[in-house]
Amino acid sequence: MAIDPVTLAILKGRLEQIADEMDAVLFRSAFNPIIAEAHDASHGIYDAKSGKTLVQGKSGLPIFVGVMAFGVKAVIDKAATQDGVHEGDVWIFNDPYDGGTHLSDFRLVKPVFSKGEVFCWLASVGHWHDVGGNVPGNYNPAATECFQEGMLIPPVKLYDKGVYRQDIIDILSANSRQPMSLFGDLNGQINALELGVKRMTSLLEAYGDDMISECFEELQARAATMMRAQIESLPSGTVSAEDYLDNDGIHDEPLKIALDMTIEGDRMVLDFTRSSPACMGPVNISRSTCIAACYVALKHVFDDVPANAGVLEPVEFQIDDDSLLAVTAPKPVGGYTETILRLIDVVFQAIAQLRPESAMACAYGTINALSLAGHRSDGRRWVMFSFFGGGHGAHSSGDGLNHGNAPISTATIPPLEILEAAYPVRFTQWALRPDSGGPGEYRGGLGAIYEIELLEEQADVFLFGERGRFPPRGVVDGMPAALNQFAFEQDDGWHAPPMASKMVDIDIRRGQKVRLETPGGGGYGLPSKRSPATVAHDVALGYIGREAAARDYGVVIAADGTVDVTANKERSTSEASNT
Amino acid sequence: MTAGPFVVGVDVGGTYTDVFVLNAVTGAVSVTKVPSTRDDQSRGFVEGIAQRIADFAGISTVIHGTTVGTNALLERKGARTGIITTEGFRDVLEMRRRDRPTTWGLKGSFEPVVERTNRLEVRERVLADGSVLQPVDTDEVKQRATELVAAGCEAVCVFFVNGYANRSNEMLAVEAVRSVWPNPYVTAATEILPEIREFERLSTATLNAYLQPVVSSYLDRLTSGLNDRSFNGDVLIVQSNGGVMSVDSAKHYPVRTALSGPAAGVISAAAIAEAAGFENIITCDMGGTSFDVSLLSDGKAALAAQTSIDFGMVVRTPMIEITTIGAGGGSIASIDKSGLLQVGPESAGSDPGPVCYGLGNDRPTVTDANLVLGRINPDRPIGGKLAHLDIDAVRLAVASQIGEPLGIDIEAAAEAILRVANAKMAGAIRLVSIERGHDPATFAAMPFGGGGALHTGALIKEVGLGSAIVPRYPGVTSALGCVVADMRHDRVQTVNRMLDDVDAGEIGREMEAIAGETETLLHAAAITFIAVDRLYEFDMHYLGQTHTVSVPVEIPADGLTRDIIQTAFEAAYLEAFGRLLAGIPMRIVSYRIAVIGRRPKFDMSVFAPIDGKSSEACITAKRQVYADGAFHDAPVYERLQLAIGSRITGPALLEQPDTTIFVDPGLEARVDGYGNLIIKPLAE
Repeated sequence: MAIDPVTLAILKGRLEQIADEMDAVLFRSAFNPIIAEAHDASHGIYDAKSGKTLVQGKSGLPIFVGVMAFGVKAVIDKAATQDGVHEGDVWIFNDPYDGGTHLSDFRLVKPVFSKGEVFCWLASVGHWHDVGGNVPGNYNPAATECFQEGMLIPPVKLYDKGVYRQDIIDILSANSRQPMSLFGDLNGQINALELGVKRMTSLLEAYGDDMISECFEELQARAATMMRAQIESLPSGTVSAEDYLDNDGIHDEPLKIALDMTIEGDRMVLDFTRSSPACMGPVNISRSTCIAACYVALKHVFDDVPANAGVLEPVEFQIDDDSLLAVTAPKPVGGYTETILRLIDVVFQAIAQLRPESAMACAYGTINALSLAGHRSDGRRWVMFSFFGGGHGAHSSGDGLNHGNAPISTATIPPLEILEAAYPVRFTQWALRPDSGGPGEYRGGLGAIYEIELLEEQADVFLFGERGRFPPRGVVDGMPAALNQFAFEQDDGWHAPPMASKMVDIDIRRGQKVRLETPGGGGYGLPSKRSPATVAHDVALGYIGREAAARDYGVVIAADGTVDVTANKERSTSEASNT
Repeated sequence: MTAGPFVVGVDVGGTYTDVFVLNAVTGAVSVTKVPSTRDDQSRGFVEGIAQRIADFAGISTVIHGTTVGTNALLERKGARTGIITTEGFRDVLEMRRRDRPTTWGLKGSFEPVVERTNRLEVRERVLADGSVLQPVDTDEVKQRATELVAAGCEAVCVFFVNGYANRSNEMLAVEAVRSVWPNPYVTAATEILPEIREFERLSTATLNAYLQPVVSSYLDRLTSGLNDRSFNGDVLIVQSNGGVMSVDSAKHYPVRTALSGPAAGVISAAAIAEAAGFENIITCDMGGTSFDVSLLSDGKAALAAQTSIDFGMVVRTPMIEITTIGAGGGSIASIDKSGLLQVGPESAGSDPGPVCYGLGNDRPTVTDANLVLGRINPDRPIGGKLAHLDIDAVRLAVASQIGEPLGIDIEAAAEAILRVANAKMAGAIRLVSIERGHDPATFAAMPFGGGGALHTGALIKEVGLGSAIVPRYPGVTSALGCVVADMRHDRVQTVNRMLDDVDAGEIGREMEAIAGETETLLHAAAITFIAVDRLYEFDMHYLGQTHTVSVPVEIPADGLTRDIIQTAFEAAYLEAFGRLLAGIPMRIVSYRIAVIGRRPKFDMSVFAPIDGKSSEACITAKRQVYADGAFHDAPVYERLQLAIGSRITGPALLEQPDTTIFVDPGLEARVDGYGNLIIKPLAE
């Protein structure tokens, strides 16, 4: 019996609602702001045997959408080596080489049983505040092995046939600087899974196992069909894009991410074999993370394709085993966010060559994980840890968004008043950064300036950022955005980190500041095509300075803010020759 | 209370202005609908009342649900507004919380309601603990205010970082602004919302300033329009929280009217349901582009702490929780690239509207599907805008765009559109009921607006609701809500301290003092209350969490204690998440106070049909209606003529000027003592 298309549409909505509801429960009950405020978490429904993504929540972190499938598969394989899967089991792990991302992301995986068999899996992933390692908050740019990044837990049972294993919690708690936060987040994830099982069970009762199984298959087949149709609409052939990471935090040498994208009818090949080999520092990623990042990039480009494993069905990957995009233990992977953002950038750049009329330029391209940590006068430890925003790329239909979140995430930034209330810091600036958006017919969105003063005796500062040497690129002749810039104040004045945007254990004192200036997004189209009036408006708003208007756009703005027509004569000529 | 027997409720919508008149002496009611006057809503408002009441001196109170504020926000038609803020923070409004409009695709954009050039900084700084690091320089503030006047601003919002912890700098600055710029439109952010989280506070306060000139001048025109006809009673405005406030309060806090219209509808539903003996209701308001759902449990509406009117336009004031999805009568059906049937979110709205309007849209909508299936009478369109609906064009559109691609016949295609649309609406209902732990079998759906009653039966079946209750005049529900709403004021204050560190008795006294002040405001309007209630609530969590749970408490005569607060918190947390976290300390983030003046009850039995006829005598025609895969011969009834106690078995259609009701096969409808239609599954 083939499932009728109307029932299919209805069930799709019901299943997505279950995943969304699991997201909502965790966001509300989590302890650490990275989950509760920044939504660095995700939930989904996965295939009983293959672990493939069947349904994913809309509000969770996009990068987890693709990578969770590998995590569920890791549990399936592990269970097969033991006494199998039982009702009431819950598995927990954070192994980044086996379906993980980095050590901070803890996964809980639980089977849904029907008629004595595993019908599907539910999984919950969330970014915990601290999982041990050398650096509070776990973004350690100096790590050369994962052991310096935190504890590594392979898939183990948190619940064994419904029995809670306190010993597992004891091990986890003993290895964290923030055990209370860990306990709170873990409870939130259990809440989400319990709710998911309840909802899934009642859906199975209402529609029957066969109908739901068929729905899973059909939804994947349709996502694949849609994806093939999208690929087929691109011109056949091969295009290439290369971009760079500043360094790996250990050796100050750039690392290449190279993509050769080939379109052959309704298939797409993503060939990364020209990329740099594995590096010593923590910007490596595992193969599953690389595939998941490409999934995210393609979902941004083809945003109407449903979120399930079918999206990747027509896509072939070529990644060398010795590449920094396919490492295994114990290579450090803590800074995976930087590498996958660069992967998204090269996919955007390649697509722009194939279909300029709907292209997006690169977004700011770095997570800027900044932590300040120290002890209060009463001896209590504090760790302020957050990710910061930047500009989105310009696109074929307009300027980029100012101060957006990273393409791999839907995270919001914690309010500065919450940070000031919780930690001994004071923000002296929280503002848009002029001249940070890439010039173009459409301008890249602006990045931001965050300046923070320390209000306690001493603190150690850690930063894990990128784009300090290679700015976010424009597309279709658009220009690059501004570089990421970080500076910190010490007794002898202001300094920049030796590795551009990465540093550990920098000592600052009361009254001293750190200053982060984040990149904007790349531009779209030739800057000379932007109308002088629009450039003048940007100058009036302070989005760009007068000098930049003249230099990048060739538009001279008079003292009263109007366009200097005489001085702009030359521009109209060059504009004509460009078109 | 002033003399005059009439109490008048007026709801101004996008298309119609609904007027509901109650004669408080005789108990008689009458309703009327006039076209809204979009250029100046106050004109249609006054004309609408004049259709029913000749001498406005006979009116004691006019209560108004308004969309002037909502529309000004959505269409960005507020006043030119300036912001004076702490040095270093002029971009907070534009930077939002670093979000984006959609998860997938990075093509979003955002334009704040205040341009960057009109956001000016002054040197001042308060720290998170409330200490003043740098006092504000009032001369500098005056200078900035003068610059904003020169830039043509009409309103200004003064917002300082950490103002929630100590508002002294902000207050000094507001005084300084007023000293050089005598202007009623000066908003202090902490006066609107003394709550931590800078973007949410600034956004709410800025939108308040942005609306003040628009809403104030509208209310001035309204009151002078009424006074010109010798009205000397009171005007009250419905707030988003479902309570009413005086015109003065509304001019001061226009942002509190952001959801005024929909809130009035929900209040009305609560009153109708209570009279009819229903405690648990899910209201379903189906318009042209959206479907709004609200849940009333034990007769009370849930309040949400904040909402976004549009991307980045956050309003944080207590408001009736309304869940909106993109499924209305105008929602367009299409087949996507994977061959799946989709309904919405794209909508034809009311202009050009569905294919059947013949105004240029050729893509089939939900209304068109209802027409194909015989559920709408092509010769009696509701609303009276058109004389006839173009069924031939509709059949062509449904057959070619939906039927052929799916390989099914035209009726099956139309029914498929309704099933997908109903499933979306059911999803919204599930979201507010099952997902919040409510059992849908104990709830009744209450449709209002023009289109909802066609879908109610399907929703009963799809979600497993116990029944549905269709009010006698679903088209004027919001206007009725105005008449029955209580007066309500909400206050909030951030505390941000550990439960173990607070002096609970002191906090309790503080809360009672604020409630006292607020009650004075209540009595400033010359309205009679049968009772005044005070509600006290804490927002609390375990140390380390950022989200809070609402913890209602009662303050006993001998004062509040920590034990009382802890017991109440644990009960609320257990209810929300099912497990407590032993050993982790608790924190009070803020307290909330609501003071509610209960207005006299309204006797719903005035809606009872008088001289009603038997159901057979009300049959006007028979129509072929398609449902569950087959055509049925369905009688058509004149709804308003049905006597109390009449019973009708589905399939059946009930027509009245402002709506059409479809009783699905397997359901039964009954007219209750208040003129409502109660629809339930047929007893086995």
